[in-house]
Amino acid sequence: MTNPAIRFDQVSRHFGDVKAVDAVDLEIHDGEFFSMLGPSGSGKTTCLRMIAGFDRPTSGSIHLYGQEVSDLPPYERDVNTVFQDYALFPHMTVGENIAYGLMIKRVSKEERMKRVEEMLELVQLAGFASRKPSQLSGGQRQRVALARALVNHPKVLLLDEPLGALDLKLRQQMQVELKSIQKRVGITFIFVTHDQEEALTMSDRMAVFNQGRIEQIGSPSDVYEKPASSFVAGFVGTSNLIGGEVAQRITGSDQKFSIRPEKIHLGSAADVLTESMYKANGTVRDVIYLGLYTRYLVTLDDGGDLVVIEQNLKTTSMDVLKARGQKVVLFWEKDHISRVGG
Amino acid sequence: MNRLSTYFYKRPFMVTMLLLSVPMLYMLVVYLGSLFALLLNSFYYLEEFTGLVVKQFTLGTYAQLLKPSNLGIFGRTAGMAMAVTITDAVIAFPLAYYIAKFASRRLRTYLYIAVTLPLWSSYLVRVYAWKLILSKEGILSWFVNLFHLNPLLDGLLSLPGIGGSSLSLSPIGMFIAFCYIWLPYMIVPIQTALERVPKSLLEASSDLGAKPSQTFRNVILPLAFPGVVAGSIFTFSLTLGDFIVPQSLGNSRFFIGQAVYSHQGTSGNIPLAAAFTMGPVIIMVIYLLAARRLGAFDAL
Repeated sequence: MTNPAIRFDQVSRHFGDVKAVDAVDLEIHDGEFFSMLGPSGSGKTTCLRMIAGFDRPTSGSIHLYGQEVSDLPPYERDVNTVFQDYALFPHMTVGENIAYGLMIKRVSKEERMKRVEEMLELVQLAGFASRKPSQLSGGQRQRVALARALVNHPKVLLLDEPLGALDLKLRQQMQVELKSIQKRVGITFIFVTHDQEEALTMSDRMAVFNQGRIEQIGSPSDVYEKPASSFVAGFVGTSNLIGGEVAQRITGSDQKFSIRPEKIHLGSAADVLTESMYKANGTVRDVIYLGLYTRYLVTLDDGGDLVVIEQNLKTTSMDVLKARGQKVVLFWEKDHISRVGG
Repeated sequence: MNRLSTYFYKRPFMVTMLLLSVPMLYMLVVYLGSLFALLLNSFYYLEEFTGLVVKQFTLGTYAQLLKPSNLGIFGRTAGMAMAVTITDAVIAFPLAYYIAKFASRRLRTYLYIAVTLPLWSSYLVRVYAWKLILSKEGILSWFVNLFHLNPLLDGLLSLPGIGGSSLSLSPIGMFIAFCYIWLPYMIVPIQTALERVPKSLLEASSDLGAKPSQTFRNVILPLAFPGVVAGSIFTFSLTLGDFIVPQSLGNSRFFIGQAVYSHQGTSGNIPLAAAFTMGPVIIMVIYLLAARRLGAFDAL
């Protein structure tokens, strides 16, 4: 059994009275694409900064491939970071930026130039070496920042919301590209983001942070299909949370459960239900037509609201809008609910 | 009122004119005008027998500048300006760095006030204060006596060229006063430049393996350089043109400011005074061109 790339043992980081990170245990495996997802102030960035060495844990220890690094300064750790604002040196060219780490390590000039060229090729910026960062677009700076980190062959690459400043199209393109670069270089990537879709798209595994603690660690499908807490259910995707008496009537237990809107079928009393399904009666209160799909807001007869999403496979906007005010029967597979605590 | 604002709304050019007319008038007439008058006068000459200025084009006045005694004045002044500038940069940098990168917001305000506080008092008062501090019976000698450092002070004062009978009557004393008086003008631009360097750049450098000293050399210093140059323009040009400090603290050997002062005063040799004044102007132009070549203004 090899050592994990990163191991957190009861790591805490307090800023005065604020527990930015609170007794976190975490293992990140060698070679995986690991995302830290959470709202701002949830502690994900502080965790990343502690791995990089910009912050030190108040208590607990961090191991990098079995070596305790909690007290090592950043320049003695074999990890590199892609910063949120890219942090390219404005007084150096793209080539000099990428070669910076190699220059510090006193790699020969020819070797440096060769590796810079390779990196520029990898991030599809061949021929840009002599430009200044100020002459590049946001997406290009992003790639330079990536190249500058990867050229050092770090054991772990840290990415601090690197796609946050890009527009949607470019972001989606970079998501695919980052993932393919990670596969090619085989380095462990730790990716911090507040965008749940990004985390779901790219990660092998992900951790959901909330208030300095990790709520759930698992594969994207685990986290999406089986949220461990109502926070995760609410933060990752949209979710219906039903508890108390209403839950009792539907499932026979008053424990709170979550059900994803796309898992619910919208039917009528005529539909025949199997044993494997839960059902609930309600009235459509609102219909929002969104082109690809329609979102229905259904008020249950027993109280509570459910959001239901149906793809517009056969229906048009005219059809779906007629549903407003209609009595409906909602049903879904029992397996698709997730019992959540809290 | 309404019609007036509509008028300006439709004519943005008139707004520009309105905003710029007074400063432009001042720049063109008062500032450039007097510079031009200066330039013009430097090409006239003083008739030695009559003591009158002859308004006839000549390069003779400039030729007088090349006399060894006058060249000595230029050399002395430029040397002093350079020494003061370098010393101030070395003193100012760590302080500016601390203010910009380490001090808390509150402490930063206090330090900023502390740095600029001396500028609230009269320049003359500060120069005379230094005269008292540095004089033979002054507070500095008292401390020197207290710590039995007299041999050191005497050794310093016996140095040829920069020594003298006491600190207040030597170029060393002048140097100390100059360094003190212009220091805020060096601290503030460097601090401003350092504040504009994002912390993430320093973290990135460290992340890429650079030790603090390497980060300083490769990232902080080059990015703060425009600030150092801006500060040095102040310290250098202010020292070049000053005549109060050399008059109050120095020995009898002239500096440019004193030469200008005495030539335009009692001797009435306006052309030579004008030619002397063109000296610092030319030195500063060369200085700025050199700074530009070094890339000091790239970040502006």
